[in-house]
Formats: sequence, structure tokens, C-alpha cells
Amino acid sequence: MHELSTHAANHAPPQSFLRKYVFSVDHKVIGKQYYGLGLLAVLIGMVLSWLMRIHLVWPNFAIPGLQWLSSAGAPGGVITPEYYLQLMTMHGTLMVFFVLTNVPFAGFGNYFLPIQIGAEDMAFPRFNMMSFWVTFVGFCVLVAAFFVGDGPPLSGWTAYAPLSAIPGSGPGQATGQTLWAISIATFCIGQLLGSLNFITTTLDLRTKGMTLMRMPLCTWAWFITSCIGLLAFAVLLPACILLILDRVAGTSFFVPSNLVVSDQLVNLSGGSPLLWQHLFWFFGHPEVYIAILPAAGIVSHILVNSYRRPLLSHKAIIYCMMAIGFLSYMVWGHHMFLSGMNPFSALVFSFPTLVITIPATILVLIWIGSLYGANLQINSASLFALGFISMFVSGGVSGFFLAQPSIDVYLHGTYFVVGHFHMVMGVAAIFGMFAGTYFWAPKMFGRMMNETWGKIHFWGTFVGTYCIFMPFHYLGMIGNVRRYSAFVDDYLQVPQPVSLLGLHFSVSPIEVHEFISIAALFTGAVQLIFVYNLIYSRFKGTPAPENPWQGTSLEWATSSPPPWDNFGGRLPVVYHDPYQYGIEGASGDFVMQNSSEHIQTVREDKKVI
Amino acid sequence: MNTDNWIRTSGITIALIALMALAVLKEHTVQAAPSESSVTGTVKLEGTPPHQRPIDMSKEPSCAAVHKANPVATETVVAGADGGLKNVVVYISDGLSGPAATEVAPETPSWDQKGCQYIPHVMALNPNEHFKVTNSDPTSHNIHPMPQPGGPNHEWNKSQPSGAPPIDAAWQSPEVAIHVKCNIHPWMSGYMVVVKGPYGVSDDKGSFKLDNVPPGNYTLTAWQESLGTQTQKVTVAVGKPTSVSFTFKAK
Amino acid sequence: MGKLLAVTLIVIAIGSAIPILAHIWVPPADISTHGYQIDEQMSDTMVEAGICFLAAQIILGVFIWVFSGRKPGAKLRTFPGGAKGLVGAAFILVGLEVIILGAFGKKAWATIYFTPPGADALPVQVQAGQFAFYFRYPGADGKFGPLHPDKINEANQNIFGLDVDHDPDSKDDIVTAEMGVPANKEIHLLMHAKDVGHSFYVRELRIQQDFVPGLDLSLHFTATKVGRYEIVCTQLCGLGHYNMKAYLNVMSEPDYEAWIKQQASMQ
Repeated sequence: MHELSTHAANHAPPQSFLRKYVFSVDHKVIGKQYYGLGLLAVLIGMVLSWLMRIHLVWPNFAIPGLQWLSSAGAPGGVITPEYYLQLMTMHGTLMVFFVLTNVPFAGFGNYFLPIQIGAEDMAFPRFNMMSFWVTFVGFCVLVAAFFVGDGPPLSGWTAYAPLSAIPGSGPGQATGQTLWAISIATFCIGQLLGSLNFITTTLDLRTKGMTLMRMPLCTWAWFITSCIGLLAFAVLLPACILLILDRVAGTSFFVPSNLVVSDQLVNLSGGSPLLWQHLFWFFGHPEVYIAILPAAGIVSHILVNSYRRPLLSHKAIIYCMMAIGFLSYMVWGHHMFLSGMNPFSALVFSFPTLVITIPATILVLIWIGSLYGANLQINSASLFALGFISMFVSGGVSGFFLAQPSIDVYLHGTYFVVGHFHMVMGVAAIFGMFAGTYFWAPKMFGRMMNETWGKIHFWGTFVGTYCIFMPFHYLGMIGNVRRYSAFVDDYLQVPQPVSLLGLHFSVSPIEVHEFISIAALFTGAVQLIFVYNLIYSRFKGTPAPENPWQGTSLEWATSSPPPWDNFGGRLPVVYHDPYQYGIEGASGDFVMQNSSEHIQTVREDKKVI
Repeated sequence: MNTDNWIRTSGITIALIALMALAVLKEHTVQAAPSESSVTGTVKLEGTPPHQRPIDMSKEPSCAAVHKANPVATETVVAGADGGLKNVVVYISDGLSGPAATEVAPETPSWDQKGCQYIPHVMALNPNEHFKVTNSDPTSHNIHPMPQPGGPNHEWNKSQPSGAPPIDAAWQSPEVAIHVKCNIHPWMSGYMVVVKGPYGVSDDKGSFKLDNVPPGNYTLTAWQESLGTQTQKVTVAVGKPTSVSFTFKAK
Repeated sequence: MGKLLAVTLIVIAIGSAIPILAHIWVPPADISTHGYQIDEQMSDTMVEAGICFLAAQIILGVFIWVFSGRKPGAKLRTFPGGAKGLVGAAFILVGLEVIILGAFGKKAWATIYFTPPGADALPVQVQAGQFAFYFRYPGADGKFGPLHPDKINEANQNIFGLDVDHDPDSKDDIVTAEMGVPANKEIHLLMHAKDVGHSFYVRELRIQQDFVPGLDLSLHFTATKVGRYEIVCTQLCGLGHYNMKAYLNVMSEPDYEAWIKQQASMQ
């Protein structure tokens, strides 16, 4: 097993510019490429969300220049109902696929997994390069949808059939929807290649002394996520292919007979819209755990470092992440409680959905419990990691409501759902990404990021995202329906009376939406501080030492940034569990994994070198 | 250059510009050839007109309020008390040739959405004649004309929020007729009839008029959206007013 | 800065709970016979979720306050009970919640979906199509005539595709744009979609159900309070989704009879 570690990643250092920075097989470059792609996608996705929020509360506002992007979708810069939905679809697609799967998993995972297990590179470096460029092609195809005929599709990132299967069902549903399906199918291929790499590397390329239980928690998260991804993307890929066939080849996997769209009888028959939903959500639910688990792993990794003591149980975190991964395959029907599938299956899906709360709760309890008696260090990375815990709790408890079919009867399709998934994915997972960036930028770029700006970024984002997404839950409670491009329903115009501490006033739902939109624009502006910090520090930041955070895992046992083969030709040997902080009798307040110092450890893994 | 030269040069330039302007203006003046005349007539419905269902617009309260006092009904067959049939397009289906076939009306026709109805319900146009679509309602509408699939006219589907600027469009090829609907308000329905040459649309008395018809022998066709077409042969002579009548039988 | 984070966390947690505790924004009054079960379930869940939410955020805040900014070399302590206690607590507390909510929540769901409608429920058919709901009542013969999708003609207001000339059962069918129902009478709602997926949602009635093209689905409910309520579409169906709605008029029995007669005369 250990001999492989010198052979598998055997490649000469690259010489040409193209080989070094563009078509590189070096996992570190590929990780940065994924990160860069994710950064571009998140900026586009964020701008799309601004356009959506502006249109919802100021519908007649003309966005200067938008008519150049789409003269039909935004005549004179004013967004039409269909263009709102098209922007919404692209927002969701970009964010879920190209940001949440790319950055915490493919981005940081590619960069740090081999280093943290003490390997020179991934098991299949060329596959790795292909996986990035395939993902990049998928991104380009998706963005191309903005520039074709009718524009991008309007069926949401969930692309339910038959809306997504019948080209005449709306503007953007012709070429735009086909491009979407091709883009996502391509993305699946990229992720499958990536997952294969992660799994093989983790199992085969660990250095001497690096048992599975000695891997850091983020490595475990990446490993479990890639197992989930292998099965999940393997289902989405055929689903997209079937959708493309329905659209161009006259098949009707998803289109039943006797449909009349725009006065014309659709000549496809025999298909089932529920089939698309099953296929999509069988992928879609594990996908959201693909989005959150790496962030949870990264946050665990950073929290331990900032607590300066091990977590109460390393094994519990690992087993909980495994349990979440396993259970994630049993709950997809909770997206379909009201879809017309057999009502008995709703109860069957509800049970594991509620049960998944148990490992999630254990994670939170261990994070918080380990803080007791710790020596908490505050820096930008730890602020975001702590913020993650708060956001994960907030998003998780709203899931408790939606997991019950009878409550879902009222809350399905409302802003309550939007608040729930944004809290867990749109905020918590992003906090994981920010924490990872502040923590690992010194290692990746050899320069420290500016701590003051990092803290300002945290405060603006933490308060801002609560202001945006917490009110969504209240709007959902009064039944505010989601995916509406305008709020024309009577009950949304009516102010709700408020009596609080002797004050009496009234607030209409539209006014709450205005508050949310302003908070969204403010929070978005704050993100520009982060982008500026990232770019400025890349070139002008203070040079970073090898181990700026006094970390114990192997990424801190090499230079910042690491040499092309990660460890300068001599792979480390591992003697300790990953989080030996604050050990009594140790020479310092931390002991690195590859340190030959003998210590009395509070240890679960008995294997010692 | 000295002053004399300046004056001379300016004078020539101004004269040249004036001449060019005159030529351009002359080109754009629509001048009816002195021998063109009009064809008038009436369209009548024989028999009881089919029942037109009242339209319930309750899903769009702002439009429902507009029609509260005078509820509207479907406009598939609109016949007056004396049998005059409205919204029939009369055009020359045979016998046209030369420049008259491509004449364009002086004013841009307008297709308005008001009270969640299309005003006019039926509009006749020449190929490449521009028209503008306006939204006079407080709600968004969606204009979805559906020409023959696979034909030379392309289907389009655009939303027009309240107060948005007019949409300018034209049809490149003759087609009888293009159904227009609003996806948001399913009861909205209208027709655009694209024909070459002079055309007339009958009013609520059933009267129509085709202007600028050069002398000659023609076949006139009258089209009604659900009752089909009727044809008549007619001869237009100089100075003599021509009158034609059509009768549709109720189904 | 740790202290500031602790305070902010606690303020945000309490601030988030205030609108719920003060009942500022609550679902509208329930007008159905089954809705009270859903409301009770929601209340119970809110209490449990609220306790978990507040406890987690406040304890996190307190711990951040106490354990940040400590003197270097401060003594590390372990949470009493360690991991075992916490894991055990999670299993027991959450496990209990899961069982209670799962077991008792079944009742509300069962009332809606597992009990069939009564024999004398009033059948009303609803067709969802881009972008409106239309309703059909069976008329005096109590029977619905067959549907012919190829005969659908919205310009002529033949929404359902009825062939009145050839199908005797269709002759007395009443097609309306608003859904009128008598109060306190069970309604059997027969649902189908004309083109793409839609959904039927009336907040006050505490019912929601997707329309799936190709499937004939149904719901049954009894409305208890006279009034005018909105039926809105909650399944993304295209550009007009935001404006896809109809009104549900719950009326007294005599008002309903008068209304259905007036609608019949407009066919």
C-alpha cells in the first residue's frame, strides 16, 4: 500500500505555462481552478439574486443595461415575469451545482485531501484534470443559455417535467432548457470522475501511519461525500439524458398523453412526470448533503484548531457523517409528499427524515460541548466556523417542520421552504467555504489574508444573512407562496397588526420583502470586501509561515504553498491522531501528526507506530 | 477663403440640401393614383348567432372590476340586432398585381390590451406592415401569437408588464389567420390576418370598406374566425363605386 | 470579539423567536374540519423546535462568552459526561421527539388521505392549466360528461373540452371560473391538469395537493366558514404562475343554490 504512494502520483514537474497553470495534473492547481470557477459562479449567482430581489419589491425598476442581455426578457431594463423565473432558474442551478458542489468538495477537497493523507497527488491525476475541464465545459454550456433565442429555462433548478420536457410550454423552454440538460449531464460526468479519484486516493494512498481513523475530519467528509456523489450523480446523469431524449428524440419518458399546451395537443404519450421527480430527488437529496458535509468537515477541522483541544469524540463525528450519508438515500420522497405519489409512502419517507435529525444533533452537541472548557481563539476562520454552527441549527430546526407530511400540507411551496434551504445551503455551507478560505488561503497562496477585513466581512455577512433568511420563515407561516415573480395575491397586500411591548403598528408582507431585499443588497455589497481581500492578499498579503494557525494536520507540515510534489520528495510518517491540541505533558500546546514526540494521548485509535 | 467665396459656397450647399430634401419628401408621399377607387359592402349573418358565453374574469380582479357593469362575452361570432356580422376581414384573394399589392397604410396599427381583452379583436395587416402592441391594463399580459407551425411566420411569446413600452412587430408573410392569445388570461383571444393588398374589417353594423383598389377583376374573400370564408367575384371600374355583400350562415 | 459574537448570537436568537412568541405572523384562521390537527401539530413542533433552537444558540453564545479571550495557559476542562452523555442525550431526546411527532402526526395525514370521502360528498372537478383554474359541476344528472382534450377551445370558453352535442351527460355540466361550495358540506375535489404540473392550495382550508399531468387525483374537505378565499397555484408552471389563482366562495346553502342556478344559465 505504501509503495503505491510513490508510484501513483509519479509525474515530472511541469515546465510550460499551459502545463503549470491551465492543463495541470497537479491536484493543487486543479483545486484552485475549481475554487476560481466556484467564485465566478457565486458572483454571477449573487448578482442574479439581486435582480430577483429588486424585481420582487420594485417591479417597475429598470435595471440599466439588462436589455442588452435580453431585449425580450427585460424590455427597457424592466424584468418580465418569465425573465424573473429564468434568472431564478440560473441562480439555483449555478449555486447548487457550480458553487456548493464545486468549492467545499472539489475545490478544497482536491487541494487538501492528498496533502492531509500524506500523498504526492491524487490516484488518477489525469482523470482529475479531465474532471475539472469537463465541469468547466458544463459551466460554459449553462451560461450560454443566457445568450440563445428565448434565453435560459424557467423551470427552476428542479426542472420538473412536463414543463421541462415540452419545448412549447414557455419562453426559454426550447433551446435554453436543452442547454441546461446538457450542462448538468456534463457536470455529472465531471463529478463522477472526481468522486472516483477521491475514493481511490483516500483508500489507497495514505502515507505510513495514516490509518483511516487518523485522517482529519475534513478528509473524512470529502471521502464520505465522494461516496454519496458516486451514487447520486450516477442517477442524475441518465435522468438528464432521458430528458434530452424527450425533448429532441420524440420519446416520452416523462410526458403523459392528452396534454394540451397553448391550444395544441402534444403528440407525446405514455410518460410519467413522477418518474422525473423520483429520479431527480433520488439525486437531489443526497446532493444537499454533498453540499453540507464537506462544509461540516471543514468547520470541524477549524473548530478544533480554534478550541486548542480535541473534540469530545472524533469517532462520533465520523460515524455521524457516515450515518447522514447513508440515510440521505432514504429520504428523497420528502420533497414529494404532495406530489400525488401513494400517501402511505409519505409516512415511510418521513420517518428517516426525522431520524436524520439524530446524527445532525450529535454533530451540533459535540461542536458546542467541545467548546466547554476550551481555549477559544477568535480569528476570521473561527468566526465563520462558529457562525456555521448557529446557521446549521437555524436551518436544521425548520427542517423539523417540513419533515412531517401533515405540516408540509400547509408549508410546502411557501417561503418557509426557501428559508430552510437557504439557511442550510445558502448560508451554512457558504460559511464553511469562507472559513476554509480564511484558514487555508495562507497555505494555498503563501500569503495571509487581512484579518480586519475578514472580521468586517464576517459581521456584515452574519447579521446580513440572518436579516435576509430568518424573515422568510415568517412569510412562509402566513402562506406566502414561493417562485412567484410578483406578489399579486390579496392577502399579501394586507398589513398584519403587531402588538409588542405596548407598541402597536402593522407590517405588510410586501414591506418585509422590502426589508429583505435591502438586507440582500447590503450583504451582497459586503461580499465584495471578501473578494477584494482575496485578490489583494494573493499579491500583497504578508508572507505566510508554514503553520500560521499552529495546526496539527499534515498540510501544516509543509511549506506555504507546498512544493509541486507536496512534501519535497520525502513523504511524512504519521505518529498521532489528527487533533492533539492541549495535551498534558506535551512540549507545546499542540503536537503535529508527523511529530515523533511521544505523548500520552486521549486516544481512540490504538494503532501506534 | 474670402467672404464672397463663403457666401457662394453656402448658397450652393443650401440649394443642394433643399433639392435633396424635396426629392426625399416626394418619395415618401403616398399618392393615390387617380384611377384607384373603393370597394364597400356589408357582411350579414343568416340565422341565430351561436350563444356567446359570458366571460368570468374573477381571477383578475382589476379587469373584473372594469366589466362589472357591462359583462363581456366571447367574441367568436359577434352579430348585431340587424344581422350585421362584425370582425370579418375582407381582402382580395385573386387578381392583384403590381405596386398596389405592397401598399402600406400611413398610420401604425395598434393592438391594445385593455380590460383583459384585445382591442381590436381582429386586426388585418399587410406583410411587413409594422404594428405596435400596447398594454393599457394595470396587470401584466403575455402576447403569444401562434402562426402555422413550420411556416414562414415565426411564433413568439413575450410578456408585457403594465406600463411597459409598446412592442413593435411585423409579419413577414401572408397568413389567414394568426391566432393570438394571452397565456396569463386564457379567455383573451384575437386574430391577426395578414394579407397582400387592400383589406377591410367589418364593424358592428357589418360594414366594411377597401380603399385604394386599382381597376380590374378580382376575387374577394371574407374570412370569419369560426364561420370560415366566403368568396365573391367583383369588377372595379374607374369612377364607379363598387359594392359587395357577403352572407354567412349560422352553424 | 468573542464576547461580541456571544451577545449578537443571543440577541439574534431571541429576536428571531419574538415574532413567533408574540403570534405576530400566524397562519390564517382555519376554516376546515381537519385543519385543527395540522395546527396542533404545528404548535407542538414549534414548541419543540423553539426550545432546541433557543437552547442551542444561547448555550453556544454563553460558551463563546466564557471560553474566549482566556488567559494563555488556562486550564482545559471537559464537558461533564463527555461525548457519551451527549450522544445518549441526542438519541433519547431526539428519538422521543421523532416517535411522538411521527406517531401523532400520522393522524392529521390520515384524515386527509386515508379516509375516503362520504357517499354524499358534493363532487366538483377542477382543471388546472396555464394559467387558470376552472371548475365543473355535474349538474342535475349528477354525472360528469367525458372530456375530449382535442376539443379544448379557450377562445370559445370550452375549457374542459366538452362535446355537448354528442355527450348527453355533458349537457347539464356547469363550468365556472370560481369555485362555489356550500358551507359544512363535504366536497370531493377531482383534480386533473391540462398541460404541466400545478398545485391547489387554500391556506385557510389547510389543504394542498399537486396536479400531476396524466394522473387523476382527488382531495376531500369540508369548509366551515362562509367567506371568499384564494386558491393559488404552488407548483411552478410557467411565466404566469404568479397570477394563477381562483376564488373559493363558501356560501350558505340557499346562496349556493342561487349561485349554481345563475352559473347554469350562463353556460
